[in-house]
Amino acid sequence: MSSQDIPEENVPAERDAHEGAHGAVSVADEKNPFADPGLPPHEHRIQDIDERAAKRSERAVAFLFTVSMLATVGFIASYVTIPADRSIFVFPIGHLSALNFALGLTLGTALFTIGAGAVHWARTLMSDVEVADDRHPIAAPPEVRAKVHADFKAGATESAIGRRKLIRNTMFGALTLVPLSGVVLLRDLGPLPEDKLRHTLWAKGKLLVNMNTDEPLRPSDVAVGSLTFCKPEGLEEHDEDFQNEIAKAALMIVRLQPDDIKDKQELEWSHEGIVAYSKICTHVGCPISLYEQQTHHVLCPCHQSTFDLSDGAKVIFGPAGHALPQLRIGVNDEGYLEALGDFEEPVGPAFWERG
Amino acid sequence: MSTTETTESRERGKAPAGERIADWADGRLGIYSLAKANMRKIFPDHWSFMLGEVCLYSFLIIILTGVYLTLFFHPSMNEVEYHGSYVPLQGQLMSEAFSSTLHISFDVRGGLLIRQIHHWAALIFLAGMFVHMMRVFFTGAFRKPREINWLFGFLLFVLGMFTGFTGYSLPDDLLSGTGVRFTQGAILSMPIVGTYISMFLFGGEFPGHDFVARFYSIHILLLPGIMLGLVVGHLILVFYHKHTQFAGPGKSNKNVVGMPLLPVYMAKAGGFFFLVFGVIAVISAITQINPVWAIGPYRPDQVSTGAQPDWYMGFAEGLIRFMPGWEINLWGHTLVLGVFIPLVLFGVVLAALAAYPFIESWITGDKREHHILDRPRNAPTRTALGVAWVTMYMITLVGGGNDLWATHFHLSINSITWFVRIFFFVGPVIAYILTKRICLGLQRRDRDKVLHGRETGTIKRLPHGEFIEIHEPLSQEQLHTLTAHEQYEPAAIGATVDENGVERKVKGSEKLRAKISDAYFGEDQQIPKPSVEEYKEITSGHGHH
Repeated sequence: MSSQDIPEENVPAERDAHEGAHGAVSVADEKNPFADPGLPPHEHRIQDIDERAAKRSERAVAFLFTVSMLATVGFIASYVTIPADRSIFVFPIGHLSALNFALGLTLGTALFTIGAGAVHWARTLMSDVEVADDRHPIAAPPEVRAKVHADFKAGATESAIGRRKLIRNTMFGALTLVPLSGVVLLRDLGPLPEDKLRHTLWAKGKLLVNMNTDEPLRPSDVAVGSLTFCKPEGLEEHDEDFQNEIAKAALMIVRLQPDDIKDKQELEWSHEGIVAYSKICTHVGCPISLYEQQTHHVLCPCHQSTFDLSDGAKVIFGPAGHALPQLRIGVNDEGYLEALGDFEEPVGPAFWERG
Repeated sequence: MSTTETTESRERGKAPAGERIADWADGRLGIYSLAKANMRKIFPDHWSFMLGEVCLYSFLIIILTGVYLTLFFHPSMNEVEYHGSYVPLQGQLMSEAFSSTLHISFDVRGGLLIRQIHHWAALIFLAGMFVHMMRVFFTGAFRKPREINWLFGFLLFVLGMFTGFTGYSLPDDLLSGTGVRFTQGAILSMPIVGTYISMFLFGGEFPGHDFVARFYSIHILLLPGIMLGLVVGHLILVFYHKHTQFAGPGKSNKNVVGMPLLPVYMAKAGGFFFLVFGVIAVISAITQINPVWAIGPYRPDQVSTGAQPDWYMGFAEGLIRFMPGWEINLWGHTLVLGVFIPLVLFGVVLAALAAYPFIESWITGDKREHHILDRPRNAPTRTALGVAWVTMYMITLVGGGNDLWATHFHLSINSITWFVRIFFFVGPVIAYILTKRICLGLQRRDRDKVLHGRETGTIKRLPHGEFIEIHEPLSQEQLHTLTAHEQYEPAAIGATVDENGVERKVKGSEKLRAKISDAYFGEDQQIPKPSVEEYKEITSGHGHH
């Protein structure tokens, strides 16, 4: 450590010794024009010399405290009289909840005027003479330090912790192990991941149900250039695990001109140009909801990852790391769009076990 | 014996009630010894010293209003159908957390006001801490003996960020749920442990039924409990160390000049609490914040555009937005660098703040106590580094709001993202160079002022026709103030050969330290302050300007 210490001559010298704590006003030093001249003399405020000015200050402070009292009365009156659902127009802010506006203004005034009164009192009427206090080194003087070290050594020796190593080592062992119980208790915070992130509700034969109408979709319902959000048949809003399931199964479908589809697999997995992709962004899992029908790009509004739906939903801009998973779809005997299986890769954000 | 006791008690009986209570308390708590040291404690005056007070008071306001909110908030994710007084959402499915937030906002009189005060105070608390830390940093107030208090403050800032995040996630609205989803996605990116932590935090798959209740106990108990302890520790240390002060006449490293706690700072600081509270109450009366009813309940398959976290999480948002989407797939595993690197950077950027006081003291090798504040210009390298950090933070903040910049200023989101990607690296360098130049310029001006006096603007024509500007010499107070700072020499490596001619090994760390020290204090890295000799030489030759 000592080799890291800075050489003595490089540390600026301590301040001149003659600068005492309570620097009296000293005469300009002939030898050192930069020397500390000491505290400047106190300059009186008008309130210090003119009693009428002091009285004015007193009245101002009392006025502020009185305003505060009135504002509190106003607060209680507003609470009692203004209905919670009344709205008022306040220029230039706009329409506001009348109760919130009245309560906030009266409370704010009641508080602010107490503060303003106290500060005005301190600034105009309390003494403003600057005083100097001594500082003392934070570190203990050497004799205290020596005493503490000696005490510690005495205590340590009396405990025999250094001599009886068996006690010491088993104690450390016990203290190290005992927190493990606490860690083990955290195990039931949640289940193990297993393959939960790999599967969604989609399966062969599940119909694509329009999120808005709650009806299964026919290919003719999907117009070119439109964006439709779907959920798997059988999943209802009231279901216990609706949120968890929709977080993985949310689907968006668009209809492209089959000629516009550049990716071969995408074309194979589509039906009459209708392609189905996971709605959950592969970046950190926001639902993607902005569709540009001319370019077939979809944009995630959270972090602006942009995917090209006409080219396997590849990432063309932004922080997402891989393409959106595509769902293979077809049409069942009754002419409804159905899934031909689950997603072949995990939907949503990437994770270590994803591979 | 008994006579003296009775006289004593009779005398006590006559004493004013306040005095008797104080005596009673002193007999049990020893308050007089405490008051002796602290009642008339001197605090120096400077506007920047009130920034910490803003933080303290907004913290108290958050606790007060937060306790009120817990009386009405239901931290439950049970789905309920809404039948409250906000008509547009009637009949909608939502969590109890969301519906109780609506209840607070529409049915509890004053509930909306307290909710808005709570939220505004949280934003101001974090902003206050940010600015307060800048004040402490740029004036070097973190130096010995205050490094630990800097760490306390740093922890308060970081914990404040997470307390804020867990707090605004509680209403379970569409915006905050999106933020929680982002957090879950970031957790998933952690190698090996990501999926496990996510499952344990959310009690299964996202969003599950547990996170609101869990965030609630973190938000109202765990984090504020730790923070309250840190705040108390922070204040005890401020009292114990005594406040720092700027250099000036009568002020030295061995004294503290100012006004006493009782009565001046009792009134000023106590009053300031009411000022802060009053201002936040008025803001909450007229400025709506987080209108969850307009955003709607959370659904993992829905989102709104322009989603933004609260400002203090904006830089994390920026890091994740401008990072390219790198992913490495090897041996059946995925390393999600596009998300994991921002997560690590988030920690590194903050940790740099925590580490700085220790780095600087290692470079200067200075082990003395410092109670006189630096003017930022007099520590050009530190100031430049600080401004570089702030620049990086601000550029990242721009990145976090890239969509809003794009829509508000009609710019391309892609160009903004590229700007942020480049200036995340280039910006701090430019800021460093500029700041250092400015500091050196200001140091030169101070030097000129000391040696040649103040420019008066008065032009005088000499008998032989020459025009000169009259420079007025500075007072001794001004001369002292401008020359009171200390200047370090760069740390030399020292002799590599001892008196016996034996060569000593120079450690790598020593060489590194000498290099950094040279960048801090070497030639042209600071302007030497004028010496007494220079001053005398110039002032003795009159008429020389």
